[in-house]
Amino acid sequence: MIISKPAIAGTVESSDALVSVEPGDGKIELTLTSSVMNQYGRQIRETVMETLKRLDVDSVKINVVDKGALDCTLKARVECAVFRSCDASEKDIPWGGVIQ
Amino acid sequence: MKNYVGRDIPDFLLVNGKEVYQGKNYMDGKYLKKASPCTRRFEKPQESKIVPTLADALRQCGAKSGMTFSFHHHLRDGDFVVNMVMKAAIEELGLDNLTIAASSLGAAHDPIADYIEQGKVVGIQTSGIRGRMGEVVSAGKLKTPAIIRSHGGRPRAIEGGEVHIDIAFIAAPTSDCVGNCRGIGGKSNCGSMGYAMTDAKYADHVVVVTDCLVDFPNMPASVEAIDVDAVVMVDSIGNPKKIASAAARISQNPRDLMMAENVAKVIASTPYFKDGFSFQTGVGGPSLAANLFLEKYMDERNIKMGWAIGGICGPMVELLKKGKVGKVIDVQDFDLDAVNSINRTPNHFEMSASQYANPANKGAFVNKLDFVVLAALEIDTGFNVNVLTGSDGVLRGAPGGHPDTAAGSKCCIIVTPLTRGRMATVCEHVVTVTTPGDCVDVLVTDYGIAVNPLRPDLIECLDNAGIPHVSIEWLKDKAYSLVGRPDELQWEDKVVAVLEARDGTILDVVRKIKPFTLE
Repeated sequence: MIISKPAIAGTVESSDALVSVEPGDGKIELTLTSSVMNQYGRQIRETVMETLKRLDVDSVKINVVDKGALDCTLKARVECAVFRSCDASEKDIPWGGVIQ
Repeated sequence: MKNYVGRDIPDFLLVNGKEVYQGKNYMDGKYLKKASPCTRRFEKPQESKIVPTLADALRQCGAKSGMTFSFHHHLRDGDFVVNMVMKAAIEELGLDNLTIAASSLGAAHDPIADYIEQGKVVGIQTSGIRGRMGEVVSAGKLKTPAIIRSHGGRPRAIEGGEVHIDIAFIAAPTSDCVGNCRGIGGKSNCGSMGYAMTDAKYADHVVVVTDCLVDFPNMPASVEAIDVDAVVMVDSIGNPKKIASAAARISQNPRDLMMAENVAKVIASTPYFKDGFSFQTGVGGPSLAANLFLEKYMDERNIKMGWAIGGICGPMVELLKKGKVGKVIDVQDFDLDAVNSINRTPNHFEMSASQYANPANKGAFVNKLDFVVLAALEIDTGFNVNVLTGSDGVLRGAPGGHPDTAAGSKCCIIVTPLTRGRMATVCEHVVTVTTPGDCVDVLVTDYGIAVNPLRPDLIECLDNAGIPHVSIEWLKDKAYSLVGRPDELQWEDKVVAVLEARDGTILDVVRKIKPFTLE
């Protein structure tokens, strides 16, 4: 998917994450802050990267402010931010397809 | 050298008779030579001990660089006294190389972090360490490792001379002109002054700091004028709103209530639950809510609680007033209901920290305790509990009376949700051991109950009562399946804090955390 405009999903409530994306310049640029950085920082990065790969996103500036979200929450927030950035979040979301 | 709970204690700490933790009751029967302070005679009758300022009091007590000042934490997060005294000592008298020996320290004491960074404060001995002070100590900026002790370990160390207090500062809600202090009757009331009592008896000098001077004699006194050198009157010793909260509310969170109900069920299944039983609970959500469900079982079986101890709050005072508990003995008060009740409600008494929890005296209250219900930041598969360091390895908690009540009680129940956000509360290895697993008996979580295999008798009790339970390994696996297995924290070699077991042996150390990078 092509990130065509800035978009945002999530909150900074405890156990959630705030994910914002904007068009990139040919690569994935991730900035990550997390309340559980020392113990889960690497796993969060992995989850975000896997989700972007699944959505076929290879050019994006993505900022994740994590407040101890579980993997399922992280995935959902990344998916939502990406779909919003393509104006694809209103209808025809591929449930069971690329959105697992 | 590895200790009883598998923690590696560096050799440089094992000097002057210091040993590693060897299991509970290891020091039983040994003899202790008590320290004696060097105090000044006030033979000539004095009308008053009031001096104009803290600086004057410090000078009168011969304050100099390198000394140890002690404080107590009954004013909790509302305390002004620690900061006021340290400011006078450092900025007015120009002292340095100072050690703070406090019963606990909190976010109210953030300014002390600056004195640590400037090298003016070089030692910290406390139960709690939080806020900016926790951060700078964790970053290795304190010159000597902080020493963390339980509420019972502290009076043991003071009485045994491991901590020599040069000047004790007593934050007194009321005092008379010669230093008889009480925790009530003023404008910044805290109720019990139990943690200050040992300090007053074992310090060379004692300075009372108060914001409410009352007529002589202020009786019954928690700290007595016979131990006091000087009295300083200040505008305010603390912020009353942060000293005692409004009535501690019992949680309405259904998860907390479910766990609390299970705690009460476990208690009611044991042979210790009989008329006259004794009890202590923490003030966390599920621990406090356990009171409510316990009352139901007490009514059903027509039994009463003999006595309760601890940090006291409203719900326990309520039980006392209803006649469902015989006596409440109180080392600290958490809310206004408790503050307003101590020494007023019949059978609500004050006690010292030594009387409460000291393992080296001839029998503290905790030794007669049937049940204690406590919380945990983390508990591992060896039932070791951490209530001190966060998941990032930074100091932000306090053992308090946790290790003392766990060791003394017949049945120690830890109640905690299985996960908090993404943190697995039940884990493979806690970051820091603050209460050793050989003192913990039952774990109640929202996903199940586990009993320490060291207590087959309690396993039988639960089975007989039809209370389902699982292994603690099962709970740990369940937690990791929800949140993922955490990466190990990365430490440097430098020891920033030493965690003393209540008996004075070394239970664990906290090292400097390595700055985290994703790469």
